Amino acid sequence: MKEPKTALDMYRMMLLIRRFEEEAARAYSLGKIGGFLHLYIGQESIAVGAAHALKPTDSVVTTYRDHGLALARGMTSNAGMAELFGKVTGCSKGLGGSMHFFDKEHRMYGGHGIIGAHLPLAAGVAFASKYTGDDGVTMVFYGDGSASIGATHEGMSLAALWKLPIVFVCENNQYSMGTSLERSISVTDMSKKADGYGMAKDRFVAEDVFEVRDRLQVAVDRARRGEGPTLVEILTYRYRGHSMSDPAKYRTKEEVEEYKNRDALNRLRAELDAAAETRAELEALEASVEAEVAESIRFADESPEPTADLLESTTYAGEFAR
Amino acid sequence: MKSMRVREAIREAIAEEMERDERVFLMGEEVARYQGAYKVSEGLLDRFGEKRVIDTPITEAGFAGIGIGAAMVGLRPIIEFMTWNFSAVAFDQILNNAAKLRQMSGGQLSVPVVFRGPNASARQVGSQHSHAMEHFYVNVPGLKVVAPSTPADAKGLLKTAIRDENPVLYMESETLYSVKGDVPEGEHLVPFGKGRIAREGKDCTIVSYSRMVHVALEAAETLAAKGIDCEVIDLRSLRPLDEDILVQSISKTHRAVVAYEGWPYGGVGAEVVDRIQRLAFDELDAPILRVTTLDFPMPYNAKLEQHVVPQAQRIVEAVESVTYRSV
Repeated sequence: MKEPKTALDMYRMMLLIRRFEEEAARAYSLGKIGGFLHLYIGQESIAVGAAHALKPTDSVVTTYRDHGLALARGMTSNAGMAELFGKVTGCSKGLGGSMHFFDKEHRMYGGHGIIGAHLPLAAGVAFASKYTGDDGVTMVFYGDGSASIGATHEGMSLAALWKLPIVFVCENNQYSMGTSLERSISVTDMSKKADGYGMAKDRFVAEDVFEVRDRLQVAVDRARRGEGPTLVEILTYRYRGHSMSDPAKYRTKEEVEEYKNRDALNRLRAELDAAAETRAELEALEASVEAEVAESIRFADESPEPTADLLESTTYAGEFAR
Repeated sequence: MKSMRVREAIREAIAEEMERDERVFLMGEEVARYQGAYKVSEGLLDRFGEKRVIDTPITEAGFAGIGIGAAMVGLRPIIEFMTWNFSAVAFDQILNNAAKLRQMSGGQLSVPVVFRGPNASARQVGSQHSHAMEHFYVNVPGLKVVAPSTPADAKGLLKTAIRDENPVLYMESETLYSVKGDVPEGEHLVPFGKGRIAREGKDCTIVSYSRMVHVALEAAETLAAKGIDCEVIDLRSLRPLDEDILVQSISKTHRAVVAYEGWPYGGVGAEVVDRIQRLAFDELDAPILRVTTLDFPMPYNAKLEQHVVPQAQRIVEAVESVTYRSV
């Protein structure tokens, strides 16, 4: 087993994300979580591989399918689960919810609910790094459903024009809500869009978390060297529907099963289980994930709700403008 | 005091703040090499270099978003819209990102960005270039909106805007860029949420802002000749809105007309009317009237444009109506 410690760390985080979301889904069905809940289950290797390609001083921005990336960047399970429960101890004090996880300390800048609109925002974070010379790289995640909207194009156009230190990661999970890739875009190899911007590109399947890390590392290093953005399309699959209200009847059972058989989490576990030095760690590690997720549910359940006095100070810095 | 045009006052505010704070930069279409579509940024590229005076391609959603993202991590962007009309294609960035990031993040983030550019009617630029956009934006909690009418306020409000921790939308007028006036020497800041008495009077209050302040003053002169003494309020700041100045003036005059550019349905004028009736109902001797842009997309034809845009004569008639001189 290469890099056994890293492999265990990555496995633990991928498992944590999956178990966190499975328990969140359960809490949702019990009415503990409201609104939308978009699960990342099946895509964990991307957030975890990405987090290992970045430095703590780098920044990330993503869509509303954001729990996995937040946890991978270092947000605590407690802060994440409490946010889902709408509690004041949540990462966004219970004001953001599932779609708006923010963690300034870990440079996780959301959690965005308007498709594509977060790409210019992320380009702005990268612009600030170039402006101040802080050596930071920004990684922005978007789905295949974001590929056609205008803001995505403008964000990429400007980032490429100004050679901003940013990596565009297209998490192609093959469905824009219920619309399959071939029904939503004329060229299904979305990495080809990079050519039009004069950007570097890459495209691969997210089955091996080490490969995700290493190939994203190439893009991150390129950005850090001042050689501009890269568009990286990563082929993946979400096992659940678009959100909790979606039974995903637009896909066949066989298709879902086929992808589950190639699950990156199971694959990594099998590798860890095959090597004696890591096999010995697995049981305790998995138990610690169960304990952490259970604790996050307890913490979220018992935490207080935000009160209305929070609303003014979170709308304006300083005096309220009315 | 020194005399300067609005255009120079805005430029001086930008230059002083860029001098004071390395984090301040100017970004927009044609702001650098071209020296600004309306020459507001003339000379700034030479003075501050292309790192801080940045030409963009035509990508309002893109560079508005970049300004918001850069502000979110600590810079102080000034984003110029060639006109506020074009902010419509960046509306989502302003509404969903600039205004909401602080709240969505539970107060972790703030967005100290300034958006600025000319707003409302110019001269015969047609329906897509004549919008009064403030009415869309004042509705949004998280934003501040200001609209100066004089060189002194243009400078003082812009400097305050750049130093504010929140997103500020600063509305200019193409027709005011060459208007001259005295500007205090040295550090000059005008606070938000404070209106200004542009003309004192006792018979009727005319509430206005931006270009329409000058039209209101013209109407007030006509009315003075008819024996009606009007007080003209220049709001300067639309959100926050100065309720005190409204109540004080209405308590004196007991009558009000609100004159502004923009369509009659809702908007800043309707808000002013609501505040006055709520806070000073017992002081009112007549219903408040509004003088607005007529309820049509702006026509190109010069005479029809003047027909649609609020004129001094329409303000005169409204004041005569609320002072019961016209019946």
